[in-house]
Amino acid sequence: MTEETKTKAEDPIVARFKDQVSMDDRQAYEGYLVKPENLIEFARTLKEELGYDYLSSVTGVDYLPDEKLEVVYHAYRTSGGPAAVFKVQVPRAEPVVPSLVPIYPGADFQEREAWDLLGIRFTGHPDLRRILLWEGFEGHPLRKDWREAYFEEERKPFKNRWPEGNVYRVEDKKAFGKNVSYPDEFTPEGWVPEGEQSLYAALEASEQIRSGNGNGREDELGEEVVVNLGPQHPSTHGVFRMVVTLDGETITSLKPVMGYLHRNHEKIGERNTFLMNMPFTDRLDYICSMSNNFGYALAVEKLMGIQPPERAEYIRIIMAELTRIVNHLWAIGFLLNDLGAFFTPALYVINERELILDVFEAVSGSRMMCNYFRFGGLARDLSDDALQKIKEIVNNRLPAKVDELDVYLTGNEIVRTRGEGVGVLTAEQAIDYSAAGPVLRASGVAYDVRKADPYSIYDRFDFDVAVRPNGDVYDRYLVRIDEIRQSLRIVQQAVRDIPGGEYQTGKPQYQVRVPAGESYGRVENPKGELGYYVVSDGKPNPWRYHVRAPSFINLTGMEQMCIGQKIADVVAILGSIDIVLGETDR
Amino acid sequence: MFGMGLIKGLGVTLKHFIGTYIDDIRWLGRGRYYNEQALEQRQGPKARGVFTVQYPEEKLPVPEEFRYIPFLLYEENEDGTHQDRCTSCGICAKVCPPQCIWIVRSNDPETGRPVPEPTDFFIDIDICMNCGLCAEYCPFDAIKMDHDYELASYDRFQHHIFNKERLSKPVSYYAQIRPHNYQREEQERAEKEAAKAARRKE
Repeated sequence: MTEETKTKAEDPIVARFKDQVSMDDRQAYEGYLVKPENLIEFARTLKEELGYDYLSSVTGVDYLPDEKLEVVYHAYRTSGGPAAVFKVQVPRAEPVVPSLVPIYPGADFQEREAWDLLGIRFTGHPDLRRILLWEGFEGHPLRKDWREAYFEEERKPFKNRWPEGNVYRVEDKKAFGKNVSYPDEFTPEGWVPEGEQSLYAALEASEQIRSGNGNGREDELGEEVVVNLGPQHPSTHGVFRMVVTLDGETITSLKPVMGYLHRNHEKIGERNTFLMNMPFTDRLDYICSMSNNFGYALAVEKLMGIQPPERAEYIRIIMAELTRIVNHLWAIGFLLNDLGAFFTPALYVINERELILDVFEAVSGSRMMCNYFRFGGLARDLSDDALQKIKEIVNNRLPAKVDELDVYLTGNEIVRTRGEGVGVLTAEQAIDYSAAGPVLRASGVAYDVRKADPYSIYDRFDFDVAVRPNGDVYDRYLVRIDEIRQSLRIVQQAVRDIPGGEYQTGKPQYQVRVPAGESYGRVENPKGELGYYVVSDGKPNPWRYHVRAPSFINLTGMEQMCIGQKIADVVAILGSIDIVLGETDR
Repeated sequence: MFGMGLIKGLGVTLKHFIGTYIDDIRWLGRGRYYNEQALEQRQGPKARGVFTVQYPEEKLPVPEEFRYIPFLLYEENEDGTHQDRCTSCGICAKVCPPQCIWIVRSNDPETGRPVPEPTDFFIDIDICMNCGLCAEYCPFDAIKMDHDYELASYDRFQHHIFNKERLSKPVSYYAQIRPHNYQREEQERAEKEAAKAARRKE
């Protein structure tokens, strides 16, 4: 019995907060509307008394016609079950919301993102700076009245494509000048990067909070050094930068800097039609395009109220689990790279990955940018040849290869000494920082969306949630090995039981009708919980399209993992979180 | 014992190393490189040792569903003229996620009605993301994804907006790169026409 199934009047939360909290009774919306002044109290009750300890997603929506900005929170219990959704509405002219970082530290980066992209100010946030964009950026791009540099029209399809077909190149339009705007009194030529100073100030502040005194520096023997790792650094897995303060070799504070690959995926998504977003989701976490498709398809199908046919469900699960194997093999290979085993382990696992990519290519037409899922099914059927190939791989080849990998690395003394006790995140910290996926489970929290809140047909398969107790780099490696084995189990069952029949409900349509409403579709992506928050207003384009990106949110706990560690371990810790910058920066 | 894990691991490396030579010896005289059978074996799930493909001397065969840059299909008439399948309905331009398709439709100067064949058709292949939605939703099977992935050129400003001439390929080419899809579509088309003819008789 959950809150949702009770009627409005007897809802315990509404009853408790009386006129401070009300149900969100807009058509096809869920959750509670909380007044900004009651938000802290409400969240504290939710966490401490009702057990919603895991804040999954924080995001904002711009309701321009109502002159309102809304912040949407999704909280879960790590023991499983559905979400508690709560929302705060503030006037667009003065969007100020109390920060939830003191209660849920995992809200840190997500609130910064909402400030950056929507201009919602969170009071009480310890470090409210822009996170994805640079500080010389004018405006908050996810506001509905903001227009990008090469703005053509509010929504696709653009009118000049057909029937006149006035072809032009983007380069031929003016790249600078009228297309780019800067804040008042900002001159690009005379620009002094103030952001750097505020970044270093934040670094110092964070250190002082931790050490508990205002002038820790004088007490130390040597002077502290600030070191920038990245953005161009081979071990950061892309253009990612970390600024660390060092006391000798020991890290005293760390701030990740990201956004170098930012392209405002969400704004593009709001210009696109629902279907057009599908190939764009491939490019978030480009290692796991199949399961990115999965989450988005789930979110939109929830809104449309359709179900894929049985065969499609099985194929979806086969593809998602193969993707998990691909991702974990890749993560292990590159973790070893970061530890200094240059490319031999990586190439051994890439061998196996290639076999799975061959299957993806035969099925979807592309090795990495699969674009295979459609609303209510799939783009095309799985051929018998491909199914045979999958069977051969998961039954005969991969189990032996995973065992070989286990012999190869697990007992290796170098891997163990570099990994054990390094980058520890305790179970409480992992939940607090909203860590997800292998990072959370390596800290001893058996939370897996596939079990905790089953989607698709995962409840039919027999598998275990991989958990390890120590929360260090080595355990994150072990969790990934365990998960590969579990995924193999699932695929073995799925290829055995897969039924025949249709692979798509109804006729394939390029203009899908999505009724107005909101939905949050989440899947257990290989890197953690991937969520899509979609708001539709009944038009062909989504009103709001938000991605809860696991690689982005997993970085919230990065500083905690690194404090007190040696500088040489930062790279190993980052490798063990397993980020992909396409998803982190979006 | 400290160091056992390392030694075991090195054993795995040695196994991989030796595996390569065992396969080389097994394929002695037949040629482990530069032929299709050997490539298929080396790339398949039964392979051992190295997988390297000696590109460009060897090329991986692409599966039928492989997709890369769309092309337009035309029928070859017996008198040597070409008939575009495209009717410039504009669905591909509407469904294209990065909006890289431009179609010029023209009207008949006498009747004022639209001419079915497009006057011109452009795809900016720098913008195209190879998603295949245009081919998937084309009601006339007029635009399909190609298999030709070697498109490097020296000047992107001159050569990367493909026009109708550059995009058009005969149906026979399509039948060659995607035999199964082609057969299925032809069959569906024949059935549809038969149904239409039957309805007309009534």
